[in-house]
Amino acid sequence: MTIDSRPVKYTPALPGQPAPDIATISGGRPVFRAELPDGRIVWLVTGYENVRHMIIDQRFSRALAVAPGSARQGFEMFAAGSINGMDPPEHTRLRKLVASAFTARRVEALRPRVAAIVDGLIDAMAGRPQPADMVTDFSLPLPAQVICEMLGVPAEDTGQFHAWSDTILADWQRDPDEILTALAGLYGYFVTLIESKRARPADDLISALIAARDDADRLSEHELTVMCCTLLIGGHETTANQINVSLLLLFDHPGEVAKLRADPGLIPGAVEELLRCSRLGGLPPARMTTKAVQIGGAVIPAGEQVMPLLGTANRDPSVFTDPDRLDVTREAASHLTFGAGVHHCLGAQLARVELQEAFRGLIGRLPGLRLAVPASDLEFKPGMAIHSLRELPVRWDEP
Amino acid sequence: MTRWKVCVDKNVCISSAMCVAIAPGRFVLDEQQHSGPVEAEIDPDEEVRDAAASCPSEAISLVDADTGEPVDLD
Repeated sequence: MTIDSRPVKYTPALPGQPAPDIATISGGRPVFRAELPDGRIVWLVTGYENVRHMIIDQRFSRALAVAPGSARQGFEMFAAGSINGMDPPEHTRLRKLVASAFTARRVEALRPRVAAIVDGLIDAMAGRPQPADMVTDFSLPLPAQVICEMLGVPAEDTGQFHAWSDTILADWQRDPDEILTALAGLYGYFVTLIESKRARPADDLISALIAARDDADRLSEHELTVMCCTLLIGGHETTANQINVSLLLLFDHPGEVAKLRADPGLIPGAVEELLRCSRLGGLPPARMTTKAVQIGGAVIPAGEQVMPLLGTANRDPSVFTDPDRLDVTREAASHLTFGAGVHHCLGAQLARVELQEAFRGLIGRLPGLRLAVPASDLEFKPGMAIHSLRELPVRWDEP
Repeated sequence: MTRWKVCVDKNVCISSAMCVAIAPGRFVLDEQQHSGPVEAEIDPDEEVRDAAASCPSEAISLVDADTGEPVDLD
């Protein structure tokens, strides 16, 4: 067994910045050890086949990676105890309870409601003076409204839970106590909401989960509460910023936008291509090896932190021709942005419907949509789990 | 007696293993971690119906073996 023990420095780039040249950093090795900006030493896995192999192989454990005692980002503290940070069979028992609510079939039934929310937000934007801020006027309220309605959370509480999730998703620049306080705030919010729904059940996902707990004892009260937190955070922060980073890409590719305006039927494919090309997150969720694993020419010993670089999978030239080119007509649905294996994004189909309806609305109804400030003025919130824009000022052509 | 044909599209399967969890003994993962049915034709089974309905990538198809009509997943 050979291990090159000297890790190389690795810093993920923000959207809009050139991606780090992995081949140079890694010395051409598809799997290599790296030192992250917070000082953690991890193994990084690159390339489509290696990344796919790693994220479906159960010898790479999420539960071990997020266990207390291992070096964690803020997001990982949140993941511990949630389905995102569990391995089978605990993961399976809990995910089964919510899986059927998020299938393509179920989510497709929500499409008219998603489209109506999109239309309402664009009506409101069009009725106010320009510029608009996409973050507060559109990207955040759309998925927040949708997941609130699914769960049965009052949408007027969005501001409160968004402040908590901002803190939770930030990481090494943040005081760990702040993250714990935010986690406690979010948790307490759901303890109260679950009690009130237990007294007055409604036709929503929280009430269904309460029934699974109370009638069939399929999850503990703590698991129920954490599941609600997970669905709420996972259900809006990711999609909101995927809308933003996708728009940044589209602003740089007016020719592609013109194709979508001319043929809105291209939008579902374009959403896959935008998911493939854009960089939503800086550092992916880590796994820890349960035993020594041979992958990509390396042998990773047991007990090591490992991260898949999804961008290198999504831009692997052996899978996607001319991978750095944004091509909305490309067959891109095999991207790994939603992951694969047991942790494949629970909300992937919901995100797809929200993104499709968002771009249908924005491209169809706001011609000439563009940045209202120089791209270099855009600021991202601190934290590497999700690239979250503070503001995204936009203008469009008045009719 | 009605029989169901069970099929998994391995190009669509994302190896979530939900089917293996929901309908134990009915689905099995291959070396690539793609799912497939243990038996291609079965008697109607609510767990298999549930697995097909819960597959995140809708890779599982269930059809009536006689008529070829899709089985109602609700």
